[in-house]
Amino acid sequence: MAIKQLSIFVQNREGALVSVTDAIAKANVDIRAMSVADTNDFGIFRLIVTDYDSAKAALEDANCFVSITEVVGVAVEDEPGALANVVKVLADHNINIEYMYAFITVSKKYAYVVLRVEDNAAAEQILIDNGVKLVSEEDIASL
Amino acid sequence: MIIINKRYYQKEFETMPVNEIKKLQEYKLIHQVRYVYENVPYYRNLMDKKGVKPEDITCLADISKLPFLSKDDLREAYPYGMLATDIKDCVRIQSTSGTTGKRVVAFYTQNDVDMWEDCVARAIVAAGGTEDDVVQVAYGYGLFTGGSGLHGGSHKVGCLTLPMSSGNTERQIQFMMDLRATILCCTPSYAAYIGESLKERGYKPGENSLKAGIFGAEPWTEEMRRDIQNSLGIKAYDIYGLTETSGPGVAYECECQKGMHINEDHFYAEIIDPDTGEVLPEGSKGELVFTALDKEAFPLLRYRTRDITILTRDKCSCGRTFIRMQKPMGRSDDMMIIRGVNVFPSQIEAVLLNSGYAPNYQIIVDRVNNTDTFDINVEMLPEDFSDTPKVITKKEKELQSAMKTMLGINPAIHLVAPKTITRSEGKAVRVIDKRKAIGINI
Repeated sequence: MAIKQLSIFVQNREGALVSVTDAIAKANVDIRAMSVADTNDFGIFRLIVTDYDSAKAALEDANCFVSITEVVGVAVEDEPGALANVVKVLADHNINIEYMYAFITVSKKYAYVVLRVEDNAAAEQILIDNGVKLVSEEDIASL
Repeated sequence: MIIINKRYYQKEFETMPVNEIKKLQEYKLIHQVRYVYENVPYYRNLMDKKGVKPEDITCLADISKLPFLSKDDLREAYPYGMLATDIKDCVRIQSTSGTTGKRVVAFYTQNDVDMWEDCVARAIVAAGGTEDDVVQVAYGYGLFTGGSGLHGGSHKVGCLTLPMSSGNTERQIQFMMDLRATILCCTPSYAAYIGESLKERGYKPGENSLKAGIFGAEPWTEEMRRDIQNSLGIKAYDIYGLTETSGPGVAYECECQKGMHINEDHFYAEIIDPDTGEVLPEGSKGELVFTALDKEAFPLLRYRTRDITILTRDKCSCGRTFIRMQKPMGRSDDMMIIRGVNVFPSQIEAVLLNSGYAPNYQIIVDRVNNTDTFDINVEMLPEDFSDTPKVITKKEKELQSAMKTMLGINPAIHLVAPKTITRSEGKAVRVIDKRKAIGINI
């Protein structure tokens, strides 16, 4: 059920991000969600895209350094307290969230959120048991 | 005609008893000092200034009376000031890379070329070379002594010689595979790069016909040797030399891989204190100084190499009696003084290889607010990269503490993406010292 995230190593220098975004644009792939983790020296650009195979190939052709990580996608009701509920369920089961970020595109009913946890399968099971709706690769492709 | 047996190229010299070597050196030295005094006005002036006459040199120990020559002297004497013969007697020039300043041009008579190539032939035979071998010379050809030196030596041994020159790795690999090269000659950094390129093309370590490699022209470490040996499936031999004395082959390694035998019938080696110039006893660490005993066109006496090493005359099980020099710790030219501490790139390379990294790195030294900054860029291992910075920063910290243990000072380590540091096909540019560019006296 887990969805695939592209993680791209980006050196902190002028124009470094351009080659990344250019490559994805040329591959005709849509970005659905993104976040950046940065240090003084480098950043890690994380992306959820409509077609990660094409995006990865295009990035590698452009000499970008890419890895694929599996993350959990969650659809939360677009109303106050919905995200708090998801986070609480995980906390109650001692699951740490390493990072999380929201999708750029939202449906009318749901906000999509990406969660990075240690054990995807365990987190997913707990979320399902607590009535949280998960997002699949197909959901992302059809957004 | 020289008969090549399997172990030595010129057995009568390579295994000569030590007392006879010394007698030969003494005989040649006395003659050579007179020859230089009579034919090289620049050196005659230096001797006159020091009050030394050729007749003052009556034994090997008297060499300490002679003045030293440095790279600065050769630059001052450029281009013809050190030439001891007429131009009509010379057949060749070679030149240094000029990376540390103005080029030095060296001249050769046909005898000089023959002597040089014999020295290289000894190195090739010591690395197991015979006339059955296919020698791939991937040193640069041209003014650089690497290509022509190994080329000439390979001819002398009677090997099939592939004059590849450096670069064009695709073609190197094609010839290596198609012609089943058995001995590779190039800089160690290029050998490492060829190993990496073979792996990328899907070859397993050692999936080639190579049995040996003869690598020199830049400092390298035992760790790098181990890596190259594993990736190419060969035994890697060190070779030493400098354009000023002839080229590669001044010293060469035998199968024992325990230091390089100096061709003492042609070169007299001393170790001196680099600060005082005092000759140090055998086994001491210091600067290597060479006297060419029988060169005709460019006969340097007491040339200071700037290389820091140790000489030992322990018996070598290969049977050679020539004194051995340790792999230089680095040219004193390569040595950086950072925050008052002496740092050699070879030490940094050793730490990287021991920590599992490829020897692709760049050292950047600068001075900011009167303090030296010391940064090392290193290519990360692909498996260390995932989606969070924490693994990378942890690896950087580990590498930093390993560096601190080795060097005594803390560099800032920056892991960069694989394949982003420029690969070398000749001599690698490892150090960018910005302090020099802005004229800071270090």
